[in-house]
Amino acid sequence: MKTPHSLVLALGACTLLAVTHAGAQGVAYVSSEKDHALSVVDLKSMTVTGTVPTCKRPRHLQLTPDGKQMVVACAESNAADVIDLATRQSVRKLPLGDDPEAFDLSPDGKTLYVSNEDEGELTMIDFASGKVLRTVKVGKEPEGVKVSPDGKTVWVTSEVASLVHVIDTATGKVSHNVKVGKRPRRFALTPDGTQLWVTNELGASVSVLSTKDYSVLATIRLDVKGVRDGDVTPVGVTMTRDGKRAFVALGRANHVAFVDVATRAVTHTVLVGKRAWHVALDKSESRLLVCNGLSDDLTFVDVPAAKALKTVAVGRVPYMALIVE
Amino acid sequence: MTPARVLPLLLAACVAAAGAATHKVTLLVRADDARLARDRVERAYLGHPGGAAADGLDVALKEAQFELDAAGTAMTLERTAVADAAAARDATARAQKAGHVAVVADLPADWLLAAADAAPLLPLLNVGDAADRLREKDCRAGLLHLLPSERMRADALAQMLVSRRWSQLLLLVGSSAADAERAAVAQAAIGRYGLKIVARKPFKLSADPRERDLANPALLTSAAGGSYDVVWVVDSDGEFARSLPYRTALPRPVVGDAGLVALAWHAQFERFGAPQVSRRFARSAGRPMVAHDWAAWMAGKALVAAAVAAPKGNAAAFARALTTLDLDGSKGVGMAFRSWDGQLRQPLLLTDGQGVVALAPADGVLHPKNNLDTLGADAPEKLCRMKP
Repeated sequence: MKTPHSLVLALGACTLLAVTHAGAQGVAYVSSEKDHALSVVDLKSMTVTGTVPTCKRPRHLQLTPDGKQMVVACAESNAADVIDLATRQSVRKLPLGDDPEAFDLSPDGKTLYVSNEDEGELTMIDFASGKVLRTVKVGKEPEGVKVSPDGKTVWVTSEVASLVHVIDTATGKVSHNVKVGKRPRRFALTPDGTQLWVTNELGASVSVLSTKDYSVLATIRLDVKGVRDGDVTPVGVTMTRDGKRAFVALGRANHVAFVDVATRAVTHTVLVGKRAWHVALDKSESRLLVCNGLSDDLTFVDVPAAKALKTVAVGRVPYMALIVE
Repeated sequence: MTPARVLPLLLAACVAAAGAATHKVTLLVRADDARLARDRVERAYLGHPGGAAADGLDVALKEAQFELDAAGTAMTLERTAVADAAAARDATARAQKAGHVAVVADLPADWLLAAADAAPLLPLLNVGDAADRLREKDCRAGLLHLLPSERMRADALAQMLVSRRWSQLLLLVGSSAADAERAAVAQAAIGRYGLKIVARKPFKLSADPRERDLANPALLTSAAGGSYDVVWVVDSDGEFARSLPYRTALPRPVVGDAGLVALAWHAQFERFGAPQVSRRFARSAGRPMVAHDWAAWMAGKALVAAAVAAPKGNAAAFARALTTLDLDGSKGVGMAFRSWDGQLRQPLLLTDGQGVVALAPADGVLHPKNNLDTLGADAPEKLCRMKP
């Protein structure tokens, strides 16, 4: 009994070691709301190679500007776990206030802006000290948070109020409340910074806002052939570096949509898993990783072919994938 | 309060005073509500109210503050308790005269109809009565229903049983008039979904040995009349139904008014932002959020959505927005009032009281236009003559 057991253990240890070395490049970390852990997925083999334990109910993941650390927002811990990527060990915890959902870091990495779902607040936190700099009242169930490239503005969606709040980071004042579609969720910004794209989960659409005057430039309807409007519930959105293409996860429609940014037309839809929730592009922009919240898996999509390549099981209720290459 | 925080408040107060954009709403509740007596509420029977309707409305209006402010409008709620149908009628007439844009009512069916007839065009939001006659032969033009109808609840259960292939039913029915009415609704749903009633038996709450055939769960559920897959119990009171699970002669699940119950809401619902709603409610009201609270909260959400769509306070525009808007009730889909009977279409939750077991419409149950319309009366049936 003893020998086979230790053998397995030894083998396990070897695998782990191998992972830490080879896996330093080209992995995706996937947060699982019900596992209190991140799955590590190797991009090349498209397999799960390990897990990283973290705080409770991890959701949003983001790299620090230097790319050396990963910040994990944990809703039940009311804190962020800061994980060193080289060792995959937690280096410290940062309090984030009640029920933190999404966050963004200022371009200089000094300030963290987090949405607190229960309170209906945006909290500005000093990343180094964890000190709360300011809280700003917003509509209930704030969700997506994005900081402008110049760091002067932060955008927040409120799911209940169906608004995008435009907040001045220096004064904490709300300068605009922009009415968008129902249950706005996440943002993408065109690389030139002129258009802010907002997904409307119960609007089956994306609102395109002008960052100059916050007028609504367009509302893009996201149709999938054979799927009713009510089942198209877009959440995650991302864009290519050249700003030509956007990718939107369509929720219960179980598809992702490829959108041509210039014409604002859906060019392709790709079938993925259940309740496609979050999208992330790899560095080459040839692979799109889609988290499927109701089927507990991650789909790899070949972007040029607009085709799903493989779907791998990850943790329970995957929230998002952060790609580190 | 710092000066910087006082200023916006003062400004907001000035704007509210200057603009005519305040939407006034009346909440009508019954005086001395027997359903809310302490011993009833403490039982916490599934499908029964857990407290005042105002609790849900308060949460909805409070959480909408930002949205209302941003739209330059406001909403105030006036509460009135009425003791009978005549008082409900008078209070509704007064509300209309005072320029209120809608009335939310947690009233028995007949009081509700008296209120509707006092102001036929005023939107009257029913948050407390599930009777199908209010959506069918006794419907009214201005009546809107947030609480799912009994028929929707029965359809939801029937769909669940079909999807499980539990098709042989033993139907147990109580002796009240409400039980008879609801049993007929259940039987119709059972027929629509091709389920089979092996036996239908009346039951009675009694300890009298001479009535044990009517009162003893083991005798009532004996397999003498044929085996069955499920016991469906219709018990508007709740006490008998609660005693039934695990006391049946055969090891079979109980559904209907105990065991597995179809409801508009349950505090353990985990998807679509529902936990946040339940948490806000529990924090504000100091008790768990039940289906009736969801209906009251949803009435507030609908009124706010209409106020934001018609911020100027025009009553006709407000009523139009209310009846056409797609609403968000944290159940994962947009929901709207059915044009043919004023019922809010919505998914239902099947719960055992501890968690949410399944959602209705069940997977695979389809409808030519909207799957939600497989629950309750559909347009072609034309059961309500007061609606177009």
